[in-house]
Amino acid sequence: MDLSKLTIAQARKDLDAKKYSALDLTNTYLENIKAKDKDIHAYLEVWEDSAREEAKTADELIAAGKSLPLTGIPLAIKDNILIEGRIASAASKMLENYRASYDATVTQKLKAQGAVFLGRTNMDEFAMGSSTENSAFGPSKNPHDLSRVPGGSSGGSAAAVAGELALAALGSDTGGSIRQPAALCGITGLKTTYGAVSRFGLIAMGSSLDQIGPLTKTTEDARILFDAIKGHDPKDSTSLPDVDAPAARKKVIGVPRSFLAKGIDPDVLARFEEKLAQLKASGYEIRDIELPNLAYGLPVYYIVMPAEVSTNLARLDGIRYGHSVDAATIGEVYARSRAEGFGPETRRRIILGTFVLSSGYADAYYRKARAVRELIRADFAQAFADVDGIVMPTTTSPAFTFGAKGDPLSMYLEDIFTVPVNLAGVPAISVPMGTVERDGTQLPVGFQIIAPERGEATLFAIGADVESTQ
Amino acid sequence: MTDPKVDIKALATLARLEISDAEVAKLEEEIPAILRFVEQIQSVATDVKPKSPELHNVMRADENPHESGLYTKKLLDAAPKADKDRVVVKQVLSRKQK
Repeated sequence: MDLSKLTIAQARKDLDAKKYSALDLTNTYLENIKAKDKDIHAYLEVWEDSAREEAKTADELIAAGKSLPLTGIPLAIKDNILIEGRIASAASKMLENYRASYDATVTQKLKAQGAVFLGRTNMDEFAMGSSTENSAFGPSKNPHDLSRVPGGSSGGSAAAVAGELALAALGSDTGGSIRQPAALCGITGLKTTYGAVSRFGLIAMGSSLDQIGPLTKTTEDARILFDAIKGHDPKDSTSLPDVDAPAARKKVIGVPRSFLAKGIDPDVLARFEEKLAQLKASGYEIRDIELPNLAYGLPVYYIVMPAEVSTNLARLDGIRYGHSVDAATIGEVYARSRAEGFGPETRRRIILGTFVLSSGYADAYYRKARAVRELIRADFAQAFADVDGIVMPTTTSPAFTFGAKGDPLSMYLEDIFTVPVNLAGVPAISVPMGTVERDGTQLPVGFQIIAPERGEATLFAIGADVESTQ
Repeated sequence: MTDPKVDIKALATLARLEISDAEVAKLEEEIPAILRFVEQIQSVATDVKPKSPELHNVMRADENPHESGLYTKKLLDAAPKADKDRVVVKQVLSRKQK
């Protein structure tokens, strides 16, 4: 079985035509994991036995003619999405032994379709980082070059799909955590409209920013997985009501030129321009646009996000679940459990978030950032009055080597093109746009397309055109 | 808002986080550096009211409760220390004055 070209869409046809069984397919991935994952380290845990059982159940559904789009499809799940009875650690010592008490809504939806869960994938601790180097259990490697990071925080999920260790995967995206690793691993990653996919059962990082989404080989697969997990959920108060999504619009594309004027590697920019030229040749109108407040995206993000992190992670105190250190007083139980449970980046963001919310500074930092966030949101809304999609490279550079971004600020800059999307709540997709060479190795880079709220259909349509010009 | 006074130890206490002296020293460099970077938003005029929708509260009626005790065991199993139907914690209030 050649997995390199296999997609969810193709596997569906093959499974329903009985070319091979769901068990064969799952076994092939399990063998690949056994052979390759000791080098890549995409997975924190592989669920061999239950995956085979799920595949057998899927085969029965297929035999009975009851297959759904994901029946028998082997998936990898990011370690911050709950599956009842399974460990969900968010790659943190704090939750190393935490078993989920319930299913996330997305988990329930995948189970209802008879999908196969191969295992849980590595990530930056609590989804904070762009390389998986913040995982408490060691980083994942980029399948294209093992000396380089796969991106993050959903780096394990991206490496699993790129390394043929899963047919597709779920990740979460708070400031680029699906799109950036997808770009660096040469696959497709979708950040959905805020509220389109339920966050119930996703370990919270920045609640006004987090979204679960697919990492896949094609935009068609991203659409299949998105269709399976989307929908209103009464258990998530920020979940959007179910309405008919607008039809795809794909005539006019905007490029925020002044935002792209500096900081991008020349060869990455060249790949981007090539794609733009190809889209133009295939009938798109390309327009220069201004998003004057986009440059404030990163500073706004590094105020709003740590504020939400420090609040969300306050629940992890060694009392109800998670790592707990016995001490003389309850205050010491909290402080020591948290000191031992959290890694350095998590502690840094908790301190930063505590500062920007503290009395005397909240107006100048947190509330000011909220106000600028509204301006960024308004910039996008105004731009989408004239264009159907906004495009830019997903990252400034291809995958970097381990340890190259030791200074926190240099790592934060990795998200410069992705965070404004989360601040605005709009959807965006990263699709491969070819490769650039570093130290003799071809490394993939990504083309990011942004659409207005609920504009996923537009992303899939433009994304498919980007794919077809490869 | 330049050079805000950042008292890492006080922030750690507020965040209920024990940190070593070495980490305090490191954070005393890093946090102000990050703050200098994010401070660029101070120059943005935000007195204009944006047209995008305001945030609003989402409420649900407190009705149709599930059967009592249905999830008790599952949730207690996750607790580091439990006794019968309770999570065990250290004494919060104390008579003794130090």
